Amino acid sequence: MVTLRMRVNGTTRSLDIEPWVSLLDALREQLDLTGTKKGCDQGACGACTVLADGERINSCLALAVQYEDRDITTIEGITHPIQQAFIEHDGFQCGYCTSGQICSAIGMLAEHGAGMPSAVTEPGATGLSEAEIRERMSGNLCRCGAYNGIVDAIKEVAR
Amino acid sequence: MKPFAYVSAPDVATAVRVIAAEPNAKFIGGGTNLVDLMREDIEQPDTVVDITRLPLTEIEELPGGGVRVGALVRNSHLAAHRLIRTRYPVLSQAILAGASAQLRNMATVGGNLLQRTRCPYFYDGAAACNKRVPGSGCDAIGGFNRNHAVLGVSDDCIATHPSDMCVALAALDATVEVQSVRGLRRVPLADFYRLPGGTPHLETALEPDELITAVEVPELTAPSSYRKVRDRASYAFALVSVAAALEVTDGVVTDVRLALGGVAAKPWRARQAEAVLLGAPATDESFRRAAEAELEPAVGRPDNTFKIELAQRTIVATLRRLSDRSLGVGRMA
Repeated sequence: MVTLRMRVNGTTRSLDIEPWVSLLDALREQLDLTGTKKGCDQGACGACTVLADGERINSCLALAVQYEDRDITTIEGITHPIQQAFIEHDGFQCGYCTSGQICSAIGMLAEHGAGMPSAVTEPGATGLSEAEIRERMSGNLCRCGAYNGIVDAIKEVAR
Repeated sequence: MKPFAYVSAPDVATAVRVIAAEPNAKFIGGGTNLVDLMREDIEQPDTVVDITRLPLTEIEELPGGGVRVGALVRNSHLAAHRLIRTRYPVLSQAILAGASAQLRNMATVGGNLLQRTRCPYFYDGAAACNKRVPGSGCDAIGGFNRNHAVLGVSDDCIATHPSDMCVALAALDATVEVQSVRGLRRVPLADFYRLPGGTPHLETALEPDELITAVEVPELTAPSSYRKVRDRASYAFALVSVAAALEVTDGVVTDVRLALGGVAAKPWRARQAEAVLLGAPATDESFRRAAEAELEPAVGRPDNTFKIELAQRTIVATLRRLSDRSLGVGRMA
């Protein structure tokens, strides 16, 4: 058992965990933050996306012990215009992927704002086109197929 | 997941000392591959040595014009770095063509080099796999092998190396710097990966107690680019990919580097094609001849024979685009 501290949604939390526990399971099972979802548990769907020091990661592939003293933000710690935009643009149906989509979108907007390129970025281009949004959000699957609404919601906030 | 002891290494000396002292220990970086493999019980280390706190996160310009990349630089940070985007577009593009943004934010350069194959039979504990259990056979040969290798294959394994980044590094003549309790050595990427032969479980030139500390990339003056062909537009492994650098002077190829992904157990440096191209006119005909020469020894299976023609076409298309660019034809891509 390892004892470690982690800042979660602005509050320092203490955890007693085995080293093989994922950040996802630590958040859900120990800290009762069940907003972060377990989809594939193998880094393929993005439902477990959280922000670590502002960068989006898949919490299912992260061992919690590796995130000692880091600053983790989950959907429970987020108040952002993207949430209202998801509601207004029907950016979800069942909602299971939504917390991951929202964390991912916030991380994505920060990456784009910092000038990070994507696979579809043309030389010299700076805007967040629909193609850019779809490419940059490709790590978040939505099996209901609410992609059009998700893209519209992000477009509105990015404007 | 099998329980393991966890050690966080504060410095390189401690990391290599612990890995040498503990039998069946593994380093962990971003964890994007190892955690998954441990969860599937494919990797079962007794000790996991966390190296993410080691000071190997710098990207430095080298005196000779090259770049040195610390092993713990995140894939996303490398792809976005000014030096990489301007001097090695092929490397930036290759990284951005792989995985998802979340995974690239976690994954390290050293870990990317050591990715295991995504062969479904390697992942399936009920299947025969010489890579997972030496001597057990290969269910991919004669099985579902659409994604499998056509070059450098053996009767024991037809798995592919899944990395995009490493295909670019192969084209760029990168060198891998490794450290152990015995000291430091440099391994050219061309010698870093092994073909499966009769021992597909042995994948690299790394000893079990060696730590990758950096990757060095020499200067590149030729225009370069990466092209990836896959089953969906984003977030999928390559069926075929091409990393290329091409310099054309007065219509003649004066410098060329070519590597293929998705076709072999290692990032495949296309030396045969390069030999055909160097000094040849930069025409579609030369590109086609070069591509054919490289794929000549390819061995297809019922599901993946298409890769042989696909690889040739992707080589031609990638070289044509680079050639057009050096002639000022068309737009940049």
